[in-house]
Amino acid sequence: MNRLSLKTFTLLQTVTSVGLSALAWVVTGVRPIWNGSLPSDRQRIYFANHTSHGDFILLSACLNEKERAITHAVAAGEYWRKSRLRRFIAEDMLSSVLINRQWTKPEENPIEIMLSVLDQGHSLILFPEGTRNMTEEPLLPFRSGLYNLSMARPQVELIPCWIENMSRVLPKGQFLPVPLLCRVVFGAPVAVAPGEQRRAFLDRAHATLLALNPRPERDD
Amino acid sequence: MRHDISILIIGLLAVLTTASIVAAILSARAPKPLSSTLVNLTQRINAWWVMVALMTVAFFFGRYGLTILFALISFASLREFVTLTHTSRRDHWVLLGMFGIIIPFQYWLVWTAWYGLFVIFIPVYCFLLMPAITALHGDTERFLERIAAQQWAVMISVYCVSHVPALLTLDVPGFEGRNLLLIAFLIIVVQGSDVLQYIFGKLFGKHRFSPTVSPSKTWEGLIGGVVSASLLGALLSFVTPFTPLQAACVAFVVCSMGFLGGLVASAIKRDQGVKDWGHLIEGHGGMMDRTDSLIFAAPIFFHIVRYFWTV
Repeated sequence: MNRLSLKTFTLLQTVTSVGLSALAWVVTGVRPIWNGSLPSDRQRIYFANHTSHGDFILLSACLNEKERAITHAVAAGEYWRKSRLRRFIAEDMLSSVLINRQWTKPEENPIEIMLSVLDQGHSLILFPEGTRNMTEEPLLPFRSGLYNLSMARPQVELIPCWIENMSRVLPKGQFLPVPLLCRVVFGAPVAVAPGEQRRAFLDRAHATLLALNPRPERDD
Repeated sequence: MRHDISILIIGLLAVLTTASIVAAILSARAPKPLSSTLVNLTQRINAWWVMVALMTVAFFFGRYGLTILFALISFASLREFVTLTHTSRRDHWVLLGMFGIIIPFQYWLVWTAWYGLFVIFIPVYCFLLMPAITALHGDTERFLERIAAQQWAVMISVYCVSHVPALLTLDVPGFEGRNLLLIAFLIIVVQGSDVLQYIFGKLFGKHRFSPTVSPSKTWEGLIGGVVSASLLGALLSFVTPFTPLQAACVAFVVCSMGFLGGLVASAIKRDQGVKDWGHLIEGHGGMMDRTDSLIFAAPIFFHIVRYFWTV
């Protein structure tokens, strides 16, 4: 079922990843807060709140080089396959995993695509809200992908990651980032409890991620 | 002037070496695990080595080096300040303008020594235009708070900080070509006063200066620090256009301003519910935790020198 065969980073991907991490540091001074988990090269799904295109850059800037080379952001195929340029950025530069939220053909099944990445020993960055959050709510309800992946591959750690301030740095629809300090809080792994129902697990993962926000009153 | 700067650098290296040795001895003698104060002391001293090294490099490149260094300090300070304050999504363009237009333009004014516009660009033009742009974007929620914070952010981290390299534009008769030393004097005296206040406070501090604003500031630290830093100023008068007595008086004024700067910064941090401005400098906190005193001292020092010593 290896629909997506992953290789180690190309030169372009390495340069892009180092360059973007450096840019993230210059603009946001980003630093990780390990609050419940520690850096590790074991296989993980990092799941985070999503407000801007910069989110995944910030998160991967907090990982070390070895982890970064095997960690892929899951992104929306409908958006990133719209033009050749977008496709080039998403696939050839950022080595993202593209999935379609509206899918019909069985080979487009997002869960199967993500599982094929995990089965090659790689890690994922997932935004379980499914879209960039532009509402006043701090975090939208989660879609089921996180639950399905965890049920299928229970050995993979699910790490909640709260990305702070990124909605202020790069609001949706804006292109230029405002330099503001950002932190990424990595929490303790969550796992599906024996017999736990889908919705109960998703709500618990949602609450765990929300609880990592170091300054909830500051969300605007 | 090379000669004077060399003496200052050798003096600083001697002080830092002594500090590192003292910290090492204290750490060796202290019970393990080390107290947080001792760990922090070592971190602070190590960070001072880096800061002195960066300053030395900037001085080596003269006017270029110092203008660029202080523009970067403005950038880091402004970033910390804006991060802490409330902003709205609609403020995006004003915020971008602060970083992308106000910082470069203010330092260009410093570079070209256009004094007339340098002193009014932010307090007059930006003061009026930033709220106008904010109003045009239509979001009135917490409007006064947002425009006040914007104004404060650029006044503190751009306008005040830019007065340090602006010292290079002053014409002091008999002191031509030596203005770099005014910057060295200001930084050594103000930062020295911070360090001396810390030392006197740790050794003798008993009576809190203002418990509601800053628990770490004491009367003993304040008096010991400012008086000894004024003496340090008198000692350094040989690199300035001042007599020793004048140097002590100027040092006293700028150190007192520096103390007030630290107090105001503490009040803002307390209001916003944080302990430090950021994490840029290991052991110290953010850039603003190190520059808060300089920010209050620099404009006053600039105008004292300009009023009394230039023609």
